Amino acid sequence: MYALRVWSVRHARGLNAFYRGFETVLVGLHPLFKRLGYERLERPVAALERSVKGLLFDCRMCGQCVLSCTGMSCPMNCPKQLRNGPCGGVRDNGHCEVRPEMKCVWHQAVAGSARIAGGREALGQVQLPVDRRLQGRSSWLRVARERAGAAA
Amino acid sequence: MIFEDEPVPGYPLPILPGHTSPGRLERILRAGQFAVTTELAPPDSADPEEVYQRAKIFDGYVDAINATDGSGANCHMSSVAVCALLTRMGYALVMQISCRDKNRIAIQGDILGGAAMGVCNILCLTGDGVQAGDHPQALPVFDLDCMSLLLTARTLRDEHRFLSGRKLTYAPRVFLGAASNPFAPPTEWRAQRLAKKVAAGAQFVQTQYCYDVPLLKTFMSRVEDLGLFGKVFILVGVGPLRSAKTAEWMRANVPGLHIPEAVIKRLAGARDGAREGRNLCIELIQEIREVRGASGVHVMAYRQEDSVPDIIERSGILRGRLPWYPGRDPQASGPRSAA
Repeated sequence: MYALRVWSVRHARGLNAFYRGFETVLVGLHPLFKRLGYERLERPVAALERSVKGLLFDCRMCGQCVLSCTGMSCPMNCPKQLRNGPCGGVRDNGHCEVRPEMKCVWHQAVAGSARIAGGREALGQVQLPVDRRLQGRSSWLRVARERAGAAA
Repeated sequence: MIFEDEPVPGYPLPILPGHTSPGRLERILRAGQFAVTTELAPPDSADPEEVYQRAKIFDGYVDAINATDGSGANCHMSSVAVCALLTRMGYALVMQISCRDKNRIAIQGDILGGAAMGVCNILCLTGDGVQAGDHPQALPVFDLDCMSLLLTARTLRDEHRFLSGRKLTYAPRVFLGAASNPFAPPTEWRAQRLAKKVAAGAQFVQTQYCYDVPLLKTFMSRVEDLGLFGKVFILVGVGPLRSAKTAEWMRANVPGLHIPEAVIKRLAGARDGAREGRNLCIELIQEIREVRGASGVHVMAYRQEDSVPDIIERSGILRGRLPWYPGRDPQASGPRSAA
């Protein structure tokens, strides 16, 4: 929902802190996920993720979430799906060139990042091309599997 | 300036040490010259003659010509084709690639193809949204964005491989560019965005039209603070406004274009708006030449291409330099003697 999406950016600091804790829990649950089977969990977890993040961020389920690097403003809501900053078409009022009624997601991202410690640096990270095969899959499970795998 | 290793037109120049491309634009910039580039509007036509005529206008005035890629999301002859036609004659092209119409498979193919034809400069753009053009029903692709496009081109060039990892037998020797708009919100983050583009591989940028030199200076000082001077060449976009009415229309309808009120007033007060627009453009070019960090200008005169030579001539920015064009050096057009 658009109003909630704007709210989320205003509360980027709190949401980011919450997510940090949540991510630790996710990684901690890796053994359980593994026992239950990641593929078996994919559908229910993705459905849960879609409803929660859909509500808060208008999440598009790209499957490779970068909200922590974009001040809690989902870049996939950009009509050009820019994942590396605003295009040159941002209007003087900070709204989108393609959808004038919508605030530019990157204008929002810059504002949200300012509320997160280290947010500016995170915003400066160059994001790699999206892996389109992950569309619709759970980012949470991917994080749990990859982080736990990296730690092991 | 005349290079002593000037090749037969259409043949590549040798790549100098420290250069990534055999191109004239990179040579001019690295030699510390104030570069001049312009934009060729590809015709709505399949006639190559129209392309040649449009390029000829700029002979002796510009160091490179941008071939736009469906600019404004309008359909025209492709940038690849314009480059194919003009590189054969020896012109220095900046091949624009927009992410709107092609996915990463097509784009990587175009980069290789472009380089094979003699394209030495590639401008990596996100592209306008399809809603802006004459085919709003079209599928917007945006598989990559300008940043990941830069990364992709750099991977091809420096790692000699596709994104998939598959090896190239010969990498494209290209000078990589991007666009920058110092004048659109969030202005305080625009220099950082440039830093990001440099990190992704941009070696030069061409900016959106500049009508506000103080704002440009603010941007440049941020760019300097980020330590980017020397890492990227910044060519500032300029262009003549036809009248106060066009300026107002552009301000309202071209997203990301910033025209201060004073500019519009000045045009409105002039008897001949078009002439005043050209004079203003010349003054801006002269002011920009003095701005620290500006390595050149990119003259965009959409539908006023004929005015470009006059603007460059009167601005005096070439300072007597004669950029290469087909037929400039008669002795170089034949087989070279051992000089």
